[in-house]
Amino acid sequence: MSNKHQIAIIKYNAGNIRSVLFALERLGVQASVTDDEREIRAASHVIFPGVGSAATAMPYLRSRGLDKLLASLTQPFLGICLGMQLMCRYSEEGDTECLSIIDAAVKKFPATDSTGLALKIPHMGWNSLHQTSGKLCNGLSSQPYAYFVHSYYAEQCSYTAAITHYGLPFSSMLQKDNFFGVQFHTEKSAADGEIILKNFLSL
Amino acid sequence: MPLTKRIIPCLDIKDGRTVKGVNFVNIRDAGDPVELAAQYAQQGADELVFLDITATTEGRKTFAELVLQIARHINIPFTVGGGISSVADASVLLNAGADKVSINSSAVRGPDLINELATAFGDQFVVVAIDTRHIEGQDIVHTHGGRTPTTLDTVAWAKEAWRRGAGEILLTSMDTDGVKQGFDLRITQMICEAVQIPVIASGGAGSMAHFETVFQQTQCDAALAASIFHFGEIPVPQLKQYLSARNIPIRL
Repeated sequence: MSNKHQIAIIKYNAGNIRSVLFALERLGVQASVTDDEREIRAASHVIFPGVGSAATAMPYLRSRGLDKLLASLTQPFLGICLGMQLMCRYSEEGDTECLSIIDAAVKKFPATDSTGLALKIPHMGWNSLHQTSGKLCNGLSSQPYAYFVHSYYAEQCSYTAAITHYGLPFSSMLQKDNFFGVQFHTEKSAADGEIILKNFLSL
Repeated sequence: MPLTKRIIPCLDIKDGRTVKGVNFVNIRDAGDPVELAAQYAQQGADELVFLDITATTEGRKTFAELVLQIARHINIPFTVGGGISSVADASVLLNAGADKVSINSSAVRGPDLINELATAFGDQFVVVAIDTRHIEGQDIVHTHGGRTPTTLDTVAWAKEAWRRGAGEILLTSMDTDGVKQGFDLRITQMICEAVQIPVIASGGAGSMAHFETVFQQTQCDAALAASIFHFGEIPVPQLKQYLSARNIPIRL
């Protein structure tokens, strides 16, 4: 699928993008890692990965003017993990105003579930996706699983495209117009993760 | 469905090659960690651990190059360990594409390393591996592949590692390791109760029933084994079917 693609991975101060690059490489596509406005606007697809903290990522994005740029993009856009959380309105992590692409709040997992059982945080490991909808979920296995590592979650909202349960139900996928978000590491989520990435690249 | 229990094959690496023999039908080169890793990922392993047992500086470079190749080829998370004693060591491996680093003796020698790694990369990148042995009624941490006893109490050390920023504990009981009579349920559950982070049980797996028991009788999040997987005694797909049929949450 390489020829028609010009994929931009947003370069900022949140983590390791090596795994995302390799996952794209396994699908036969190259990507450039960039914070250049022209290059980002010209891209066919934009990927916004992220590992780290909303409280340090947002000030950096603002200082480079990337916050307004990202929210204004019209091509297919995929936020991964922290990237998805930053697409929301607000994060409890450092009491941070985020990009407000999707009107949802990001909250810290509670210390216990509804039955009072202690929840280990971060939510780390393989968990299932439920009520999957939208274009990224075409062709997933009948019970898809994905690999998660996170301590904050996006609440359910009208843009929820998949639900996962950990102590409570949360949005493991979001979708609004050209904007898609996955809370899990789709680049590390075996066959189902690859299907989601492929679906995104086919948009 | 809740968070699933993870099945983790562990590979020992020396000079860029797998050490213990393997007995996979479809593998061309049993010593090639990349091919073996890809095979495990395809079989449904949830995660992999690569332990570098190389002693030389040369070998370390080989390992970092290997990590890059593994990251390039497999689509599941993996942890690397062995000889990591600084943020710089860890940084090389994480930049090569490892998802987590595991530290053991170096953390015992200088526990601040746990804080430093957690601050530099985040808690979720830091696995503290603990080798423990039960001696005269006490659980004692051992280093250097379980050969050298320390003065540390295992439960106290696990708690300290957690408080300092470990994101996960990889617990190996030297009493059950290699014996194939089952995991050490007692110390595993003690550690699960002591910390609020995931615990990987290791040491002693000899049958599928042993995995069932450790998941049903302790609160561990994952179980790790080496030779029984490498020699094909317990194929990963069969193990996962077996556990799932016994109502253990497993990714199939």
